[in-house]
Amino acid sequence: MRRGWVAPLVLLSLVLQVACDSGSNRAAPVMRGPGKPAYGDALVVGSIGEPSTMIPLLASDSPSHEVAGHIYNGLVRYDKDFKLEGDLAESWEVSPDGLAITFHLRKGVKWHDGAEFTSRDVLFTYLVTIDPKTPTAYAEAFKQVQHAEAPATHTFRVTYARPFAPALESWGMSILPAHLLEGKDITKSGLSRHPVGTGPYVFKEWVAGQKLVLESNHDYYEGRPYIDRYVYRIIPDNSTMYMELKAGTLDMMGLSPVQYQRQTNTVKFRDRFNKYRYPASAFTYLGYNLRHPLFSDRRVRQALTSAINKEEIIQGVLLGMGQIASGPYKPGTWAWNPHIKDFDYNPERAKQLLAEAGWKETNPDGILVKGGKPFQFTILTNQGNSERLKTAQIIQRRLKKIGIDVKIRVIEWASLLSQFIDKGNFEALIMGWTIGQDPDIYDVWHSSKTGSKELNFIGFKNSMVDHFLEEGRSTFDMEKRKQCYYGIQEIFAKEQPYTFLYVPDALPVVNARFRGIEPAPAGISYNLIRWYVPKEEQMH
Amino acid sequence: MAQYLIKRFLMMVPLALGITLITFTVIHLAPGEPVEMQVAMNPKVSAEARQRMREFYGLDKPLHVQYGQWLVRLAHLDFGRSFAPDNRQVIDKIKERIPVTLSLNIIALILEFGIAVPIGILAATRRNTPLDKAITVFVFAGFAVPTFWLALLLMYFFGVKLSWLPISGLHSLGSEGFGTFTWLLDMGKHLILPVSVATFSSLAGLSRYMRSTMLEVIGQDYITTARAKGLPERVVIYKHALRNALLPVITLLGFSIPGLIGGSVIFETIYAIPGMGQLFYMGVMSRDYPLVMGILVIGACLTLVGNLLADVGYAMADPRIRQGQG
Repeated sequence: MRRGWVAPLVLLSLVLQVACDSGSNRAAPVMRGPGKPAYGDALVVGSIGEPSTMIPLLASDSPSHEVAGHIYNGLVRYDKDFKLEGDLAESWEVSPDGLAITFHLRKGVKWHDGAEFTSRDVLFTYLVTIDPKTPTAYAEAFKQVQHAEAPATHTFRVTYARPFAPALESWGMSILPAHLLEGKDITKSGLSRHPVGTGPYVFKEWVAGQKLVLESNHDYYEGRPYIDRYVYRIIPDNSTMYMELKAGTLDMMGLSPVQYQRQTNTVKFRDRFNKYRYPASAFTYLGYNLRHPLFSDRRVRQALTSAINKEEIIQGVLLGMGQIASGPYKPGTWAWNPHIKDFDYNPERAKQLLAEAGWKETNPDGILVKGGKPFQFTILTNQGNSERLKTAQIIQRRLKKIGIDVKIRVIEWASLLSQFIDKGNFEALIMGWTIGQDPDIYDVWHSSKTGSKELNFIGFKNSMVDHFLEEGRSTFDMEKRKQCYYGIQEIFAKEQPYTFLYVPDALPVVNARFRGIEPAPAGISYNLIRWYVPKEEQMH
Repeated sequence: MAQYLIKRFLMMVPLALGITLITFTVIHLAPGEPVEMQVAMNPKVSAEARQRMREFYGLDKPLHVQYGQWLVRLAHLDFGRSFAPDNRQVIDKIKERIPVTLSLNIIALILEFGIAVPIGILAATRRNTPLDKAITVFVFAGFAVPTFWLALLLMYFFGVKLSWLPISGLHSLGSEGFGTFTWLLDMGKHLILPVSVATFSSLAGLSRYMRSTMLEVIGQDYITTARAKGLPERVVIYKHALRNALLPVITLLGFSIPGLIGGSVIFETIYAIPGMGQLFYMGVMSRDYPLVMGILVIGACLTLVGNLLADVGYAMADPRIRQGQG
């Protein structure tokens, strides 16, 4: 008889429990000493998505690259300050004319199956990447290579037709084992489910849809990693993942701004976990279709940027967990120009600029009118990204105040691409780009990339920017490159082809038993092999 | 009977063909292409690389050729290779996920029928009593409460607060080292929450249905006769009334068969259960044509088989169908 009442009561008590949990925010958490480095334990990482393949060459999703990154090495890699350093290559030389790069490979590196790593593996990786039969997304940079050769077992040389600055970075590509793949169809290789690499972790098992398990490589060339096992758990729901973390069955995940700011400040939580915060390599922008008459006038774009309060968006959407973007680079990196004067929030200036552009009268609804036409446009964004939708709503409200009527349309990703972006059929859109470590942004901004399915879909054409882009990718001289990218940012600041909105923060959280984590511009994972758990705190 | 069966079988062939055609058309009508979904907005991908990938997947051929090739493969029971970067056989992908979904669904189905049928009968025989009303409130609460919300609250309460039950997934970390018994116990513990929530939320339909058919049967003359004969109430209800009232439930059971391999996306996502629902959802989102079509075709075939079984069951139970026009 009572059954009908039990459920609501349990629910009620649960709600109360949840509500009580957010209190107690006074004392500081207990600080743990560094302890002694020790081998052992396992790091359990949570991920929303499952990797698709363990051959990085064929993968285009981030979970695949994240896990494969622990199994494979490239010739070069980025260090904690985003500088290129040798990985499988001990050193390299660029010829004076910038056309040839010679890599001197590390000796004594072994594949996980015991075979020796040589220049043959590098040559094979290059050849299989440019092979027309390989369905890879990463052939472009390697196609610039005119000639590749392996003159000795531990020397590898590539020659380019013209100097190509992003070339060096492209050799950060995971090197594949030639002795296991040569003469075989890479797309049907068992290596995609059971990889063999040279990296700090050895593949152990993959339980589809549940987890991947890696074990430490005792013969790793940089030394045996302290943590014995790396477990990559697939938990598609963020709330579930957060509960797993609190229950102690997960050691590391990325927090949402709400979780970071509001749900993880209790002493209890800070006793058990360490939160980290650093700018993510991505930015969100409001892009204008420059072919559209509404946005062809620079003053209008400047006015729109002036009317948008970026700080307010960061507070409202990210709860402050981000910073203002004024260009396409991450603040603090070498290509980022700190002297840019952005259009700050100033609705009066916005109105004035619009008046200069001819938008003077208003209709009875308070909307600006020019030549009988009201100033209205639609912002498109993709479904499933609530941050972008909220950003659009805040912008909508701000623009309304200066007399611009904005509509918002949320569209499924595939339709947005095929029906709107590829056809140039949009007025404005809110999207994001990831910021590559190499500052070359030729594909997104060069005037030759404005065709259908190309990435300069807003139709930005500027001969100065074109010149800087070409110059910037064709020299290895850092100072020269810097001048090019500084120049581009100055033009962007004036032209406002996008209203650059914000760079969000990455918010990882790690169980406090892990020590040796040293936050750096590149984040926290770069020195994973040096993380450790003192013997007395080991769990697994 | 044999003639009836043959007729039923023959009718399934054009139906199955029609299903493949519709399946193929619908998925290809959806905007976007597998290659686009993989490489769009990636500055490193050139137009040439796109073309290479399209050729690799055979997407450059005209649609009717693609359909023909797929149909021929299907006739050999070959579902083809997935368009995901792993390029695995579709059938392998389905195979590794079906046991989980199937066993979960079977347990939930047994529980659903095992609970809903008795409480439906109970509600019918105690019509308009407080018990009947309590059952109604209970089953509709299950129906109305958003599953994801209930699931999260239960997880928080039993998993985080009390730490009685694991939160998500199917196995604990390190379960490979367990003995068979501990391993099963571990998995059982993982299943408690998802199965209870699934059952709780599905009771309403069936128990209401059971209640109404039962009431209908109880109101019929032969029940009055049985009572007039002086049979005990227990015999009247469980022997005479229940049999007839269960007949429509057979149909429902038949309809449940295709559902057995389909999983709920929301549910599997929250509980991190690697089942068919997630596989299908991911397949649709990445426009993995062979995978989506493979799952749809299997689902459609099971629907056909389920209908067939229901019809046959009916024909066996009810002579009017077997001897009538079919």
